[in-house]
Amino acid sequence: MFNNVYKNFKGEIDTDKILWVSIDRENSATNTLAREVLEELSLLLDEIAEMKPRAVIFISAKKNGFIAGADINEFLKVTDPDSGYELIKRGQDVFDKIEALPFNTVAAIHGFCVGGGMELSLACSYRVVDNSPSARLGLPEVKLGIHPGFGGTVRMTKLIGSLKGMELMLGGRVVNAKDAKRFGIVDMAVPSRHLKASARQLAIKGYRRKKKRFDWRRFADMDIFRTYTARMFRKKTAEKINKEHYPAPFAMINLWEKYFGNPKRMYVEEARSVAHLMSGNIAQNLVRVFFLQERLKGIGKANRFTGKRLHVIGAGAMGGDIAAWGALKGFSVTLQDREAKFIAPAVKRANALFAKKLKDRRAIQEASDRFIPDVEGHGLAKADIIIEAVFEDLAVKREIFAEIEKRAKPDTVIATNTSSIPLEQIAETMTSGERLVGIHFFNPVAMMQLVEVVRGESTSEDALNKATGFVGAIGKLAIVVKSSPGFLVNRILMPYMMEGVLMVSEKISPNRIDRAATDFGMPMGPILLADTVGLDICLHVADMYGEDLNITVPDSFRKMVEKGKLGKKSGEGFYKWKDGRAQDSKGPAQSRGYLDIQERLMLRYLNEAAASLGDGIIEDGDLLDGGMIFGTGFAPFKGGPVNYIKTLGANYFVERLTVLAEKYGERFKPDEAWKDL
Amino acid sequence: MEGLREVFVVDGARTPFLKAKGHAGPFKAGDLAVQAGRAILNRQPFEPSDLDEVIIGCVKEGLDETSIGRIIALRLGCGKKVTGFTVNRNCGSGMQAIDSGWNNIATGRADLVLAGGTEAMSHAPLFFEQAFADWLSDYMRAKTAVAKIKKILAFRLKFIKPIIGLINGLTDPVVGLSMGQTTENLAYRFKITRNEMDSFSVNSHAKLVTAQKEGHIEELIEIFDAKGNLYDFDDGVRPDSSVDRLGKLKPVFDPGVGLVTAGNSAQVTDGSALVLLASSDAVKKHGLKTIGRVVDTEWAGCDPAQMGLGPTHAMAPLLDRNGLKTSDVDYWEINEAFAGQVIACLRAWNGDYFKEEMGIENFPGDIDIEKLNIDGGAVALGHPVGATGGRLVIHMLKILERTGKKRGVVSLCIGGGQGGAMLVERD
Repeated sequence: MFNNVYKNFKGEIDTDKILWVSIDRENSATNTLAREVLEELSLLLDEIAEMKPRAVIFISAKKNGFIAGADINEFLKVTDPDSGYELIKRGQDVFDKIEALPFNTVAAIHGFCVGGGMELSLACSYRVVDNSPSARLGLPEVKLGIHPGFGGTVRMTKLIGSLKGMELMLGGRVVNAKDAKRFGIVDMAVPSRHLKASARQLAIKGYRRKKKRFDWRRFADMDIFRTYTARMFRKKTAEKINKEHYPAPFAMINLWEKYFGNPKRMYVEEARSVAHLMSGNIAQNLVRVFFLQERLKGIGKANRFTGKRLHVIGAGAMGGDIAAWGALKGFSVTLQDREAKFIAPAVKRANALFAKKLKDRRAIQEASDRFIPDVEGHGLAKADIIIEAVFEDLAVKREIFAEIEKRAKPDTVIATNTSSIPLEQIAETMTSGERLVGIHFFNPVAMMQLVEVVRGESTSEDALNKATGFVGAIGKLAIVVKSSPGFLVNRILMPYMMEGVLMVSEKISPNRIDRAATDFGMPMGPILLADTVGLDICLHVADMYGEDLNITVPDSFRKMVEKGKLGKKSGEGFYKWKDGRAQDSKGPAQSRGYLDIQERLMLRYLNEAAASLGDGIIEDGDLLDGGMIFGTGFAPFKGGPVNYIKTLGANYFVERLTVLAEKYGERFKPDEAWKDL
Repeated sequence: MEGLREVFVVDGARTPFLKAKGHAGPFKAGDLAVQAGRAILNRQPFEPSDLDEVIIGCVKEGLDETSIGRIIALRLGCGKKVTGFTVNRNCGSGMQAIDSGWNNIATGRADLVLAGGTEAMSHAPLFFEQAFADWLSDYMRAKTAVAKIKKILAFRLKFIKPIIGLINGLTDPVVGLSMGQTTENLAYRFKITRNEMDSFSVNSHAKLVTAQKEGHIEELIEIFDAKGNLYDFDDGVRPDSSVDRLGKLKPVFDPGVGLVTAGNSAQVTDGSALVLLASSDAVKKHGLKTIGRVVDTEWAGCDPAQMGLGPTHAMAPLLDRNGLKTSDVDYWEINEAFAGQVIACLRAWNGDYFKEEMGIENFPGDIDIEKLNIDGGAVALGHPVGATGGRLVIHMLKILERTGKKRGVVSLCIGGGQGGAMLVERD
């Protein structure tokens, strides 16, 4: 039907003379706009312009969605603004061709339609989306350290107004079908069974967008108001994002402010702005983080977990929330504790979680029906995976695992959520200790994506694989770590946190310490973190690992805990807490000696990271970076601790550590492992 | 019986019975049955999808619960292949569900059935008169502004006077009497006094209090609502019940002159009770332990204006055709829809009544009241209409297990003038 042979597109003309273009990227389960795909599309559009069909409908042949955006692998190859500009301008030109076609063009969208895919659909005259729950539309480029570059900033703001458009793009927000229709991103949102018919209708009849006669929101677009609107955007964005760490949103605001009134120019400047960002360190690091996340997701996918039943023992803060998360993600969960009254709070939290995440009341009821309180532990006999999450007492755990071994199926995964009891000690009294694996969640379970899967001395490969598969099945990111004090995350985090505590005992104010950390790029400073986690827990863990990790606990800290000052949960710790917020926790910028504070904190962190690699706690530096980014929020724009070390060079850090060791003590002595970095 | 297979009871459970307190309770009928059902299924070695069907007795399903039997089967994770249906024989619905399950297993159509009942009386809806529904329909069809205005002018405030579903459901439309009034009829016929009714009620509460203290309600499971509140006992019980206190209550159904009060009637309650029935093939296949058998069931018709006599009318032929004397039965349950109604059943239990009213020549002997409702009854517990039949069966089996005895008869009266009775045995 076409003159050229296209590897990524198929075409068909129907009885109404409408050309259906099926997007079907070769050798890939997902449509992404790689360079060859865009080049083919360019040729195809030229042919289509010649053909002059009645209308064109773009539809995806892939099951998982429309188009996932540009090919991110290509971003990594952009080393300078000029090559970046070439890459982006090419994409823009292709979409300009779509817009220029003299007949109706329709994007028939299902599943994900983000980034470049969204921009393609924006270049079309009309858009219709399949309204099933998997629909996700938006322009999340800021999350990769850039902003839309294929005309998205121009077309989105023009279509739905700058206020909404900028809000969505600045936040990198992706919306569902209902919201997409509500905001005007799509013209129709229909059930799957009507997607094609609706696309046909749009192609033939178009769609009259209801124009509000007086849309006050459009004032924001007008030249005279743009400066003020831009100021408002900047202020709001700055509340959540540090400009030094994430320049992309601010660059987008500048772009909009200067060029919104001039679309032709805006396209060019958009491409330039993105090219500049893309070639910079921050975007490169964020792209790296994206691939780290893909790698971690891959670990969970490698061993597909086919089980359907989870049994959790211990309905406390962790156990209850693990059970709730499991039910949310489709598992049938039985939750056990000594008495029904201990399970009741978990039921409450679980239902709150379902209501928050699921929104649809049928889905909420289904999840609730799958969440089964089970005082007598009947669920043990049929569970596919059992997670023990009781308090940290070896004798109690041993008893529990003896019971589990008696009642569980022979190939059920047996796991513990312990953070401090060595797996080996629990496995010692088991008859099949090779089944025991650690699955270590972080608090709060619903928010923390990372899960450490702990390999004990006797843990079998099978147990390990099933455990990582399970973590993937519940939508979390798994890293495999060696059984040792603190595993990976707490081991690196603890010394950093206690260094902060030490500094407080040296009469340095908490908010200055925290400011130094957030200026570096940590999401939360060590003092605020300690208060949030609970000072009693910190003290307990510090005492436990103290020796291994060279931690000295200041007496003043111990006294605080004794006096009942436990942080957020008791209303006062290092900070006073009111209504769930710490008072006076924002420290001054660049205060006297802040570099020193920052160094002490971060070098402790990085030294421990190096040591962890050296001790083989985790397989490689990339996985360590993934773990610390998704487990502690380590500055993603720096690409992770190990990446950061490589950026400045290991020698630099060894030097600084040596200096600090002399000034402050043994604990800063560079670990052996630095030699290999 | 020839050609019919034996029907075993493998397990059973019930939720706490929760007294209706004005506002809708925390659980809908479906929620209660799901909690009871999943507790039972959780302890079985087979999968929910191994069931053949789910049969639920329910008189008033709520919103979004149409065809609740099927909904419960799906919510329990039985999968799309397990069928489910709902039965309604008014107060006997739970027992009917078990009887229907029995039927399917006995005739070989099914091997594993989850049956019983559920009711959320506190969720009983308010209804609008048909006149309002018609007016609304006309209004929505009116196309022009003039037509709409005309309709608005035709609106009458009396259209929206609500009909209280609960009261409507508890009234017999054929004879125009509320259930309570049928008991007043019985009180008149059998010369039952107010004091006798109140004493009976006090006794019912006392027996329940003892049963709760001694842990004699093993089939009870704890349930949780979405707010994390725990419910683990029948909360209608009044440990402080006394004849004096009950004496102070005013008659509810025949105001001023009646004898039946809220205190000597069954409470309005939410609850669910289910049992797991199995053929001996299923028992062997899944290696199940059994707690007894359902042997026989009798449904009998009687005067709607005296519906409370239903138990007598059902138990008599049940014993007769199974060749049993009263002394062959170890324990009895007569559902306490009203204290007066149970007393009436006992007073009708005599040779003359058997002969004249039921055509049964051989009188099987008096019922030992020490063996009747030994752990209390609906006056103290409540009577979630659809669920009661299920409760009677599972509790009787627990009584037999606890006392080491063999045979029990459970019965209930049914609004509309029927009675149901079931013979269960423990092996």
